[in-house]
Amino acid sequence: MSTTIESQIPLTPEQIESFGKELDAIRQRVLADRGARDANYIRKVIRAQRGLEVAGRGLLWAGVFPPAWVAGTAALSLSKILDNMEIGHNVMHGQYDWMNDPALSGKQFEWDNACPADQWRHSHNYMHHTHTNIVGKDRDIGYGVLRMSEDQKWKPYYLGNPVYAALLALLFQYGVALHDLEAERLASGEVKLADKRKLLAGIWKKVRRQTLKDYVIFPALSGPFFLFPLAGNATANLVRNLWSFTIIFCGHFPEGTHEFTEEETENESRGEWYYRQLLGSANLSGGRLFHILSGNLSFQIEHHLFPDLPANRYAEISTDVREICERYEIPYNVGPLGKQFGSVVKKICRLALPDRKSRAGDQAPVPEHGSEKERLPVAA
Amino acid sequence: MSPTATATAPSRLPGIRPQRLLDAIAGPHGLDRYLEQISPTLVIGECRAEVVGVEHGSEDSVTLSLRANRAWKGLRAGQFVQVAVEIDGVRHTRCYSPASPEGVSRELEITVKRHPDGLVSNFLVDHARRGMVLGLSQADGDFHLPEARPGSILLIGGGSGITPLMAILRTLCAEKHAGPIALIQYAPDPERTIYREELDRLAAENPNFTLTRSYTRAPGAGDLDGHFSPAHLPQADPDFTAAETFACGPPALLDAVRGTWANGLEQRLHVESFVPPTLLSDGEPGTGSIRFAGTNVEIENSGASILEQAEQAGVPAESGCRMGICHTCTCRKLSGSVKNLLTGEVSATPDEEIQLCVSTPLSDLVIDL
Repeated sequence: MSTTIESQIPLTPEQIESFGKELDAIRQRVLADRGARDANYIRKVIRAQRGLEVAGRGLLWAGVFPPAWVAGTAALSLSKILDNMEIGHNVMHGQYDWMNDPALSGKQFEWDNACPADQWRHSHNYMHHTHTNIVGKDRDIGYGVLRMSEDQKWKPYYLGNPVYAALLALLFQYGVALHDLEAERLASGEVKLADKRKLLAGIWKKVRRQTLKDYVIFPALSGPFFLFPLAGNATANLVRNLWSFTIIFCGHFPEGTHEFTEEETENESRGEWYYRQLLGSANLSGGRLFHILSGNLSFQIEHHLFPDLPANRYAEISTDVREICERYEIPYNVGPLGKQFGSVVKKICRLALPDRKSRAGDQAPVPEHGSEKERLPVAA
Repeated sequence: MSPTATATAPSRLPGIRPQRLLDAIAGPHGLDRYLEQISPTLVIGECRAEVVGVEHGSEDSVTLSLRANRAWKGLRAGQFVQVAVEIDGVRHTRCYSPASPEGVSRELEITVKRHPDGLVSNFLVDHARRGMVLGLSQADGDFHLPEARPGSILLIGGGSGITPLMAILRTLCAEKHAGPIALIQYAPDPERTIYREELDRLAAENPNFTLTRSYTRAPGAGDLDGHFSPAHLPQADPDFTAAETFACGPPALLDAVRGTWANGLEQRLHVESFVPPTLLSDGEPGTGSIRFAGTNVEIENSGASILEQAEQAGVPAESGCRMGICHTCTCRKLSGSVKNLLTGEVSATPDEEIQLCVSTPLSDLVIDL
């Protein structure tokens, strides 16, 4: 158990209620102020993304010249990162639905990623954001292949944890695409393949389109030099995979973040929901460009508290959230990318092995005091 | 689908259709999301229009000349379009009847009159500028000049309801229509008379066109005085029962006109309302609640239209005309009763689609929004 959590003092029900109200007030304040500034921001990012994409594909068309290949691959990598993170992820959360612009409608948006947008909205917006860090409900905990929490019972399969993590990072977009398939529950017979037919058809259709575009059509346009755009596109997809894996795993799995059990989170109040989102998420410190490239998921805490507020607002409200956390003595987990990712890697490796001493690891499971109704479930 | 796309596609490869190739290349966002970065009106799958002229006819109205992009298919004189404008980041859509004649392919003219509380009308009157790009719909509506032109035509217009009639009149004059055309224009006073000079000119140039004006707040200034009354008809068009009649204006005018064209004359009458109906009669405002199931927002019924209440509660609701025409706001009502204020119909069955903008609650409601 990390020191930040150890020093954590449980809040009284009155405190948790006023804590929730203070966060609600932040939300209301941003809602009342949403407007042209946010619209201009997302359109500027989209303009940059489209520009980078066209430039990247154009340069890769002439990728036989090494400088063009390098510049083209870099531009296309950035384009895919922006498309998935700051644009796709945030637009699909409905962060810009209030604009009434069909091109920015969360329900209609589709992204440059193997995962079909409608399946993403279900697995991410609904499953992950509602059940954040609840073991057994939030499939983002390990994506069904990794052991990311002591609450997942160890078995010899998990000896391969670091290898599975590396593979997931390399193929991240396909990992995300297969999210709702629940492969491990298929393997265990809990769900039947027949129930997943429609889902598979959707995944296949999207993967086929993405593959055709990046690995057939654009290379073909370069004629005999097809290998250059092919390699450039593959590299750009890989860069995006590694980057999004890194950012996303730093959002919920550095040391100090909590997982929860289903019992602990039964009958949660609004304040308790906020509290769980806070303890289950971690931020990354960095500059403005870093925040944009991370899709502002470097403000994972603010994103999880307010998933449908425009992401460009997270930076400014983080000051208030932090101040509230200090007052209520709730840990606010933030660190630079190197430190946070290092601790994620450490956790992946540590959890590959059976727990040395029950409840003595760095990330101890939550004590069971769910019956003590007057105390918060996650206080340790 | 689009000729532009086909024309710019690379040369044909065996077995590959250029349109599909282009879609695959531009996917998943689609070609328009790239074209609009060059110029917003370059899109091929969506109508948009550039403001090419701004004329302040009177202090509380503005006439905009628009040039639509190639996606727009033109209109029939009298039809309406939806115009979308972005104000402080939010896209708002309203219906306007262009006054421009048929056949002028991509040019259209709309007149916007300021409503005291109207967000869009105030914005356009104050801020419309040349070069501004607006969203546009294809023209729609049954209120238009028939393909086979009627022999004798009577037009009755009140306030800004003159605009679709102007489209009809301009079309007929341009075609050198031979039959008699009569127009009764209702306006408050000479200063607030839309298209005054052009109508005077058309009346002078076209002997078959009779213009009759009635001022509601300037007695003696016009040919007639006051609001519409059947007594106005003989002076404006002695043979009005034989004319194909087109009326557009506020609800009171249209009610009076409908009352006159009864007993078999109805089939010669075409009307278009310009103003949403007055809300709430027997629904008892301020009683009951509305729950929006998708967003889990619950509010007290204020008596306004469900659309307005949703917007006030911050529930994102799609909307268009806000007067029951375009069905953009159509939404599933999961339970409860509503009354359609246009038709008076009561919907009490669960799981019925209702038009939010013209529906008012009669009971507790659950809406799928």
